[in-house]
Amino acid sequence: MKALQNVSLWGLLVVIVAATAIPILLDAPAMREEYFSMLMVIVLASSINIIVGYTGYVSFGHIVFFGLGGYVAFWLMQTFAMHLAPAAVIGGLFTSLVAMLIGMPVLRLRGAYFALATIGINEAMRTFVTNFDPFGGSVGMFFNFSVYDAYGGAKAAGQLAYYAMIAVALAVVVTSFFIKKSKFGLGLMAIREDQDTAMVLGVNPSRAKVITYTVSAFFPALAGAIFFFKNGIIEPGAAFDLHRSIESLVMVMLGGYGTVAGPIVGAVLYDRLRTFLITSETFSSLHLFIAGALLLVIVLFVTAGIVGWLRNRFTLVRRYVE
Amino acid sequence: MNLEALLASSLDGLMLGFLYGLMAMGLTLIFGVMKVINLAHGPVIMLGMFVLLVLQQGMGINPYLGLLAAMALGLVSGILIYFVALHRVINAPELTTLLATFAVNLMIIGLATVMFTTSSRSVDVNLGTLPLGPATLQGTRLAAVAVAVVVTVALYLFLYRSRIGKSIRAVANNRSAAELMGINSTWMLALSFGLGTMLAAVAGGLLSTLLSFTVLSGGVYETKSFVIVVLGGLGNPTGALIGGIVIGLLESVTTVYIPVSWVPVLEYVIFVLILLVAPAGLPEWFKNLRRSRS
Repeated sequence: MKALQNVSLWGLLVVIVAATAIPILLDAPAMREEYFSMLMVIVLASSINIIVGYTGYVSFGHIVFFGLGGYVAFWLMQTFAMHLAPAAVIGGLFTSLVAMLIGMPVLRLRGAYFALATIGINEAMRTFVTNFDPFGGSVGMFFNFSVYDAYGGAKAAGQLAYYAMIAVALAVVVTSFFIKKSKFGLGLMAIREDQDTAMVLGVNPSRAKVITYTVSAFFPALAGAIFFFKNGIIEPGAAFDLHRSIESLVMVMLGGYGTVAGPIVGAVLYDRLRTFLITSETFSSLHLFIAGALLLVIVLFVTAGIVGWLRNRFTLVRRYVE
Repeated sequence: MNLEALLASSLDGLMLGFLYGLMAMGLTLIFGVMKVINLAHGPVIMLGMFVLLVLQQGMGINPYLGLLAAMALGLVSGILIYFVALHRVINAPELTTLLATFAVNLMIIGLATVMFTTSSRSVDVNLGTLPLGPATLQGTRLAAVAVAVVVTVALYLFLYRSRIGKSIRAVANNRSAAELMGINSTWMLALSFGLGTMLAAVAGGLLSTLLSFTVLSGGVYETKSFVIVVLGGLGNPTGALIGGIVIGLLESVTTVYIPVSWVPVLEYVIFVLILLVAPAGLPEWFKNLRRSRS
């Protein structure tokens, strides 16, 4: 496996592990909370990059998988007192299955039609869950506090959620890397550039797209399961928040569309910026406006994103950062 | 099930449907001319609402006169949005234009939240009621329908009879050919974007005379516009009007039979199904169906 010797993958993994170890070593719970949210947006941005960045299919409502995975896992944990790990995996697999079934017809649509359809799917799911009584309807579901006893108290459960999110983040980065480096990934990028030509050259676009969509749905589902486990409460508005979906796309654009490191850089920067704006006295009321202006500048002037721009500019970066 | 309730709700739905159609027509016009899905459609609808509110509460101007101001603001802000956010990326892939208009969306909502907060507002207007058999028609709804019809007719006359309107349609058909004929395509694109947002602002203004609203109301109407536009076929203004009426009727008539909260589920499921089965919209689909039969 030549890819295993690749510096850029190991570099990324070491950076993530080293950074996430800081709050544990310092035993700083507030810092851990911040890192938790950063890890979660890394998972969301990287997984959306797998479908949007590699195949060029703009999945606007990707957050539907975050919500669905969260709901299924939460329901399992609450109803059957299941442990987080199996519940999250079952939620993830179920969500991937749903993504496959949705993907088969929907991925035939191209461009704007696909983007609109994904918004429609997310809204349909949100309004459906709002009316679905086993999932608590519009009120949602919440844990009895004793649920956390099985994990050794709420504090230990929070720690477990943090470790789990680190594991998912590492998994999504590795997956994203191997897809990009594989022959399969090259096929995806051929689809992105010109689907009809890719087909002539022997790529099976519908199969490749459905597989990618299924894979990219798995990780947000895991993130949803862990996030709502930690929250102890889940409701349709928070689970299927279209805004969060578009924010993940912004992170991908900010870092660099179609690169492995880009979504991570974009996610961390955007998350830091948002936290700064919301907590700052001067900017808190204007944070939406500033985020919008920043996005506009990126879209208009730095289309390749930060990592993409650096890669185009410096050979050294191109060699060591994917 | 009584027939009277059904009749009353269908009349209500029909009237609301005209407004929905007007609102979606702006979105479909923009897509038809420049293949851009305008994610700043909702905020402009919201701006239309607030123009009427501010003029009425600040200066005591009649809401229906305020509509003219809303139209002007809609047109100007659309042209501005085009030159600031879209002109550079008009030929870029979908993701770019989607995110560019979304950035505008964030900026407008951000500013409006600072100015107006997110509390619920309503424009105070009452035109009495008109009893019609078993149903009672509200004056504001009738007025809204009348304005919607006037605006739609004016738009059609403009697009099909005036020289500028013809230029816009030429640009929509084939931009490079239109440029060869000496049409300034940049201005035509900017103007059609302005017309699209003008329709959104008028529709927003009219909606504000019927229902209460907040700074965030635009989002709801924006997703509704997507549904309508897809029903009628992306880029087809007549289709948008038909789609609007279908959704208006659906929203009011189905509530007689199923709980209100299930209506949006139905709407979005129909939306996705239409995209899959008849992505060109219902009118085209029916046309093809008839053609294949004969």
